[in-house]
Amino acid sequence: MAVSTNAAGAPRRRRRFSILTRQDKLVLGLAVGIPAFIHIFLVWVPTISSIFLSFTSWNGIGGLERIKFVGIDNYVNMFTRYPPFWPALQHNLVWLLTFLFIATPIGIFFAVLLDKNIRGTRIYQSAIYLPVVLSLAIVGFIWQLQYAPEEGVLNNVIHNFFPNMGTISWLGDKNINLAAVLVAASWRHIGYIMVLYLAGLKSVDPSLREAAAIDGASERQTFFRVVLPVLKPINVVILVITIIESLRAFDIVYVINKGQNGLELLSVLITQNIAGESSRVGFGSALAVILLLISVGPIIVFLTRTFEAPE
Amino acid sequence: MAEPTRMDAVTRRTILKGMAGAAGLISIPAIIAACSSPAASTAPSAAAPSAAAPSAAAPSAAAASAATGSVTFGSNYSNKDTDTKAMQAVVDAFTKKTGIAVKVNTVDHNTFQDQISPYLQGTPDDVFTWFAGYRMRFFADQGLATDLSDLWTKIGSNFSDAFKASSTGNDGKQYFVPFYNYPWVVIYRKSVFADKGYTVPTTWADFKTLATKMKADGLTPLAFGDKDGWPAMGTFDILNMRVNGYKYHIELMKGAQKWTDPKTAAVFTAWKELLPFNGDIAAALGRTWQDTANLLVQKKAGMYFLGTFAGQQATAQADHDDLDFFPFPTLGTEFDSELGIDAPIDGFMLTAKSPTLAADKDAALAFLEYLSSGPAQITFLVANPNSVAAGNDADTSGYSAFQKKSAEIIGGSKAIAQFLDRDTDPGFAKQMQSFLQTWLTNPDQDMTAYLKSIQDFWDSLGIS
Amino acid sequence: MTAVAEERVVPREAVVAKKRGIRPGRVALHAFLIFISLLWLFPLLWTVYTSLRPYGDTAKNGYVSIASSLSLDNYFNAWDQGNIPQFFFNTIVILVPAVIIVLLLASAIAFAVSRFSFKFNLFLLMLFTAGNLLPAQVIITPLYRMYLVLPLPAPLSTNGVWYDQYFGIMAIHIAFQLGFCTFVLSNYMKTLPKELTEAALVDGASVFRTYWQVILPLCKPPLAALATLEFTFIYNDFFWALVLMFTGNKRPITSALNNLQGQFFSDNNLLAAGAIIIAAPTLIVYFILQRQFIRGLTLGSTKG
Repeated sequence: MAVSTNAAGAPRRRRRFSILTRQDKLVLGLAVGIPAFIHIFLVWVPTISSIFLSFTSWNGIGGLERIKFVGIDNYVNMFTRYPPFWPALQHNLVWLLTFLFIATPIGIFFAVLLDKNIRGTRIYQSAIYLPVVLSLAIVGFIWQLQYAPEEGVLNNVIHNFFPNMGTISWLGDKNINLAAVLVAASWRHIGYIMVLYLAGLKSVDPSLREAAAIDGASERQTFFRVVLPVLKPINVVILVITIIESLRAFDIVYVINKGQNGLELLSVLITQNIAGESSRVGFGSALAVILLLISVGPIIVFLTRTFEAPE
Repeated sequence: MAEPTRMDAVTRRTILKGMAGAAGLISIPAIIAACSSPAASTAPSAAAPSAAAPSAAAPSAAAASAATGSVTFGSNYSNKDTDTKAMQAVVDAFTKKTGIAVKVNTVDHNTFQDQISPYLQGTPDDVFTWFAGYRMRFFADQGLATDLSDLWTKIGSNFSDAFKASSTGNDGKQYFVPFYNYPWVVIYRKSVFADKGYTVPTTWADFKTLATKMKADGLTPLAFGDKDGWPAMGTFDILNMRVNGYKYHIELMKGAQKWTDPKTAAVFTAWKELLPFNGDIAAALGRTWQDTANLLVQKKAGMYFLGTFAGQQATAQADHDDLDFFPFPTLGTEFDSELGIDAPIDGFMLTAKSPTLAADKDAALAFLEYLSSGPAQITFLVANPNSVAAGNDADTSGYSAFQKKSAEIIGGSKAIAQFLDRDTDPGFAKQMQSFLQTWLTNPDQDMTAYLKSIQDFWDSLGIS
Repeated sequence: MTAVAEERVVPREAVVAKKRGIRPGRVALHAFLIFISLLWLFPLLWTVYTSLRPYGDTAKNGYVSIASSLSLDNYFNAWDQGNIPQFFFNTIVILVPAVIIVLLLASAIAFAVSRFSFKFNLFLLMLFTAGNLLPAQVIITPLYRMYLVLPLPAPLSTNGVWYDQYFGIMAIHIAFQLGFCTFVLSNYMKTLPKELTEAALVDGASVFRTYWQVILPLCKPPLAALATLEFTFIYNDFFWALVLMFTGNKRPITSALNNLQGQFFSDNNLLAAGAIIIAAPTLIVYFILQRQFIRGLTLGSTKG
C-alpha cells in the first residue's frame, strides 16, 4: 500500500485495522439504507409492479384478491382494439423527432451563438432560458392565449395580413394542433438545451480553438471538426435528455384539452385508465410498460456513458 | 476522480440493516394500525386503514349520537359563484330545521367524478353528490353505496315512476335520491326568430328547412362545440332515441345491442344531414360549450342543442329572458310519441365505507330525506335557474318561464335517458368522446369499419 | 521551439485582422439575437399585458388592441376568488420539507458512496440515476393503488392512508428527486480530496461528524444549486398532485391551475393574472438565483 503524506510532509502510515466504530457503521448503513429504501419503495417497486399488473385485469375496486390474470390480453387489446393507442404512439414519436431534429439543434445553435463573448450575452441567455423555469402547465396556458381562435394573437395578426383567410383553429384542428403544441413545448426545450450546451462549450479547452483558428479553420469548420467531437459526452447527455423530455410530455396537452382529438400521448392514456370512474388498472399498466420499454433504451445509454470507466 | 477511501469495507450487511431500519420506520404505523383495527380481515380492500384512525378521520362525528349529531357530505358543486353557495343555503336550512350539523367537502366538479372510485373505496363522506343511471348502478353493484329502499318507502310518493326507475339499482333496490334535472333541448333567441320570421319546427323536415333559411341569412343554424368531448353525445342520444327508440338506446348503452347493427348506423346517417348546419367542424372541435353558447347569445347562431344549463351564459337578464327552447324535432318514426329526451338527474347517494357512517346513519338519512323534498330543491335552484326540481311537492309557483317549460317538456316525455356518459360504462363513455370526434372530422369514412372499431372496443372491456 | 514561435507571428496578425472585419457580422448577430429574445419573451409578456387589462376593456375591444386602461384588479380578483393564498400554503407545506429532506438524504448517501467503497456502490448509483429518468406515468398506476392502502397515522394523515395527503405528495417528490440529487452530489463529492475524510476520521471524529462538519459545508455550491432547482421542479409539478390528491383545497399551486381554468373559464384576463401569480415565485427565484439554477442543471448533466 502506498504511503500517503499529510500536509506537513511527514509520512503517515495507513492503518490496517478499521477505525470505524460500530456506531459509524450504523450511521453509514442508515445513510445509504434510508434513501435507498425510499427510492426503491416508491419508484422501483411500482415500476416492477406495473410490469406484473400489465398481465392482469382489475377495475380498481376491491382488494388484491380481485385481480384476474389475463395473460397478454391487455397487450392484444391495446394493439388491436384501442383506437387511441397508435395515434398516441405516433404523436410521441413525432414529439421525439421534433425535439431531436428541430428543437435540440436550435438550442445548440443558440448556444454556439452565445458562446462568443459578446456584450449582452447574459441578457439573451436569460430571455431564451426564461420559459424553462415555467411549469409546462403554465406554458400550456400561456400559449392557449396565443392560439385562441377568435381572441388569440396569432389569428389576429394573420387576419391583419390575410383578411380572407378563415379562422384557423390551432388547437381544435387535429391536423395541426400537435404542431402548435410542439411549438410551445420547443419554446421551453430550446432554452433548456441551450444552457446545457453552453456549459459544455465553456468546458472546451480554449487552446484547441485557438489552434484551429491559427491553422486557418473557419468558425464552422472549427465547430464541426474540433469542438463537436470533444463534446461527445455532452452530446450523449443532450441526446438522452431530449428523448426523456419528449417521453415525459404530459402537462401541456392535459392543460389544453386533456389530451384528446390529436393530442393523445401515451402518458395521457395511462392516466386516463387508472384515475377514472371505472379504472382499468391492468390495461393502464400495460400502457405504462410500453412507455417503460421505450424509455429504457435511452436510460441504458445514459448509464453506460456516465458510469463507464473514465478514459 | 478521487477513489473513495477504503477505510473499512462497509459490508452489504450494514446496508441491508440500514434499509431494514428504514422499513421498520415505515411499518411502525402499519403495526399500530393493524393492532387497533378491529375487523380488518373482513374488509374487501387489502388493508382497512379507515378503521384504524377513526378519531382523525371523523372531523365532527367523534361523539355523534344518533338523531342529533352530524353528517359529512362530499359535494361536487364547485362553482363558487352559484352552486356552492346554493348548496350551502340548503345545508343551512336543514341544520336550522333539524339541528343536525353538516360538514360540506366541496371538490372541483370534474375531479370529483374522475376520482370517485378511490374516493368511495377509501374514506368517503357519508353522503355524496352523484348522478342517476349506469354510473349509480355500477357503484351500487360494487357494494360502495348503501341501500336506500327503506327511505324510499317514505319519500317514494314524491317522485314520478320515471324518477324512481332512475334511482333503482340492478337488484331492484333504490340507491339514489333525485334532486333536480334539466332537459336537452334546442335553444334559440325569441328576438332573432321574431326578427327573421322563423317559426319553431316540430318535424325533421321543417327543422332542416329552417336551418337552410338561417344559413342563407348568415347565421350558423345549429351551433356546435365539442372541445370538451361530451356535447356530441347529446346529439347521438337524441337521434338514437328518435330513430330507434328509447329501449334500443338503453340496450345499446348496456351492450345488449350492437354498434355494428344497421340500426345504429342509421343514427349516423341522420346525423350527417345536420353537419352542414354546424358551421366549421374543426372550429367546433376547438370550442367549449360555454363559447358555443356565447355564439347563440351574441346572435351569431340561430339554434343550439344543449342542456338548459346553457342559459348560464346569458348573464344579462334581458338576454336570459329572450331565450326559449323547443324539444328536438321528431323524425317521423314509430318512436315519435315517446318524445324521448335526455334529462340527466343529479342527486345524492349514501356511501358504504364512510368511517363515520355507523354513527351518522340516522342523521344522514334525515339529510337525504330533506334533500328529496321540494323546499330543499327549490332553495338550491335559486342559484341554478336553468334546472327543475325532481320532487312533486316542489313549489313551482316561483318558476321562471324557462323552468316551467322545462318541467313541461320533461313531464311530457315518456322516456327519460340520463345522457350517454351516465347511461353506459364510464371507460367506454370516455372513449366514445374520441370516437365521436373522429367521426365528426371524417363523416364520410367507411361506417362498417368505424362501427366495428367501436364494437371491438366495447368487447375489449369485457362487460357484456 | 523558436521555429514554431516564428511561425506563430504571421498568422496572428491575420487573425486580428479577421476579428476587425467581423463588425458588420457582429451587428447582424446582435440584431438576430435581439429579435430572438423578443420573440421568446413575447408570449409571457403578452400574458402579463392581458392580465393588466380589465375584462370590460377586452370584451369591448378584443384582446389584440391597445389597452384603454390598465389596472391590477385582475390580480386582486384572482388572488381572492382563486383562493391563491390557500394554494401557496399547500405548496409551502409540501415544498419546504421536501427540499430539505431530499437534500439531506441525497447528501448522506452521496457522502457514504463517495467516501467509502462497498460492493454495490455502483449499482445503487445506477439505480438512482435511472430512477431519475423514468417518466412519472410509468409508476403512477401501482403507486396510486399503493397510496390508497398504505397506512399513515393521525397527525400526518386525515384519512389514515397516504392518498390525498401532503405527506404523500412530499414522499413521492423526495423519492423521485433523490436520483438526480444523489447523482449530482456524489459527482461533486468525488472531487473533494479524500484526505479530508481520512484526516477527520483519524482524528477520532465519527462518521456523522465528518459528514456534518467537514464535507457538508464544503458542498455549499452544489447544495445551493440543487435547492434552487428542486424548488423549481417541485413547485412546477403538475402531475403528482393531480392524481394523488383529491381535495381541491389541498392541492399545491401548479395543480390548482386546473381548478382555476374550470372556475374562470370565460375570463381570460383573470386566468392570465392567475397564471402570472402562479409563475411569479419561479420567475423571482430565477432572477435572483440564476447562477445557481444554471449551475445545478449543468452539474447534473455533465460529469465533473
